[in-house]
Amino acid sequence: MSIDHQTHSVAGDASSLLLTAPFWFGLILYIWAAVRFSHLHKVWPIYRSVLWTAGIACALIAVAGPLAEKAHTDFTAHMAGHLLLGMLAPLLMVVAAPITLLLRTIPVRQARLLTRLLKSRPTRFLTDPVTASILNVGGLWILYTTSLYTLMHESQLFHFLIHVHVFLAGYLFTASIMYIDPVSHRRSFLYRTIVLVFTLAGHGILSKYLYVHPPAGVPAVQAEAGSMLMYYGGDAIDLVLIVVFCFQWYKAARPRTALA
Amino acid sequence: MIDKNQIHYPARNLWSGFLFGVGFVAFFDETVFHQLLHWHHFYDKSTTNAGLVSDGFFHAFSWFATVGGLFLFADLRRRNALWLKRWFGGLLLGAGLFQLYDGIIQHKLMRLHQIRYVENVLLYDLIWNISAVLLITIGAFIVIRTRKGDSYEH
Repeated sequence: MSIDHQTHSVAGDASSLLLTAPFWFGLILYIWAAVRFSHLHKVWPIYRSVLWTAGIACALIAVAGPLAEKAHTDFTAHMAGHLLLGMLAPLLMVVAAPITLLLRTIPVRQARLLTRLLKSRPTRFLTDPVTASILNVGGLWILYTTSLYTLMHESQLFHFLIHVHVFLAGYLFTASIMYIDPVSHRRSFLYRTIVLVFTLAGHGILSKYLYVHPPAGVPAVQAEAGSMLMYYGGDAIDLVLIVVFCFQWYKAARPRTALA
Repeated sequence: MIDKNQIHYPARNLWSGFLFGVGFVAFFDETVFHQLLHWHHFYDKSTTNAGLVSDGFFHAFSWFATVGGLFLFADLRRRNALWLKRWFGGLLLGAGLFQLYDGIIQHKLMRLHQIRYVENVLLYDLIWNISAVLLITIGAFIVIRTRKGDSYEH
C-alpha cells in the first residue's frame, strides 16, 4: 500500500512540474505584454492583469502543491482541483482578454498571422460552442466513467495529458460562450444559450451520477462529498459565467431609438 | 393606464416573468427544502435515470432562467416597457408549471426524491400539487386578462 502510494506521488510530481511551466510562462508573458501595451498605447486595465494573475494562481494551486498532492488519494480534493483548473481559472483568464492584449502588442506582421490562424477553419470548428462543450463535459464523462481515472493516477503521461485537456477544454468552452476576445465566427445569443444550458445539465447530471457510481477505487464517502462539491461548486462558477453572458446580451440589445 | 411601450412588448413581459418564476421556484426549492429543512435529498436510491436527466436539465435551465429573466426585466425597464401586471402573471404561471412538473413527474413518476421522508407523504404531495395548480390558474388568468397588447403588435 505504502509503496503503491509512493509511486503515485512520484508520478504526480514529474507531471506537476511539467504542468506548472506553461502557467508560469503565461504569467510572465502577460505581464510583459501589459507593460509593453501601456508604453505603446494607453494603460492596459489593471483589473485584467489582476484577473489573469488570479486565474494563473488557481491553475497552479490545482496542478502543484498540497491540494494537487492530496488529489492523488482524495476524490474531494481532486474535485476541488478540477473546479479550479477546468472552470475558475479559465473564467478569470478569459475575462483578462489575453488575445486582444497579444494582438495589440506583437508586431503587425505576426499579429496578421495570428489573426489568420484565429479565422481558420480548424479554429472555427474548435471554438464552436458545441465542439467546445463536447470536449469539455464529454471529456469529463469519459474520465470519470471509464478506467481513465485509474490510469491518470498510474501514468505520468496520462496525468499530464488529462490535466492539460481539462484546462484547455475549460478555457475553450468559456471563450466560446462569452465573447471577450475578438471572435471571427460569432454565434447568436440563442445558440449559445442552448449550448450553455445543455452543458450545465451535462455537468450536473454527471455530478449526481458520480454520487452513486464512484470512479474505480474511490470510496463511497469521498464520492458523495466530491460529487456534491462538483454540483454546487460548478453552479457557483457557472452563475458568474451566466451573468457575464446575459450582461453581454443586455449591452448588445440596447434600444437604438435616437433616430426614431 | 397602459403605457405605449408596454403594448409593444407583451411577449417579453410574459417571458421575463415566466423565466424568473421558474428560476425563483427552483431556487426556493433548493434553498428551503434541500438546504434549510433537509426534507429533499440530493439523491434518492430509487431515482431513475430519466429522473436524473430531467433534474439535470431543469436545474440548469432554471439557473439560467433566474438570471436571464432578470436581465429581460432590466431591458423592459430601460425601454420603459415594463408591464408589471403581465410580468407577475408570467411569474405565477412559470412558478406553478415548474412546481407541478416537479411534484408530479419528477417526484412521483421519476422518483427523483420525495418531498419529505415521512409516513403520510400523500398529504405533502397534495398540498404541493394543489398549490401548483392554484399558481397556474391565477397566473393564466392574469396573462389572459393582459392579452390586449397582442392586437397592437406589428
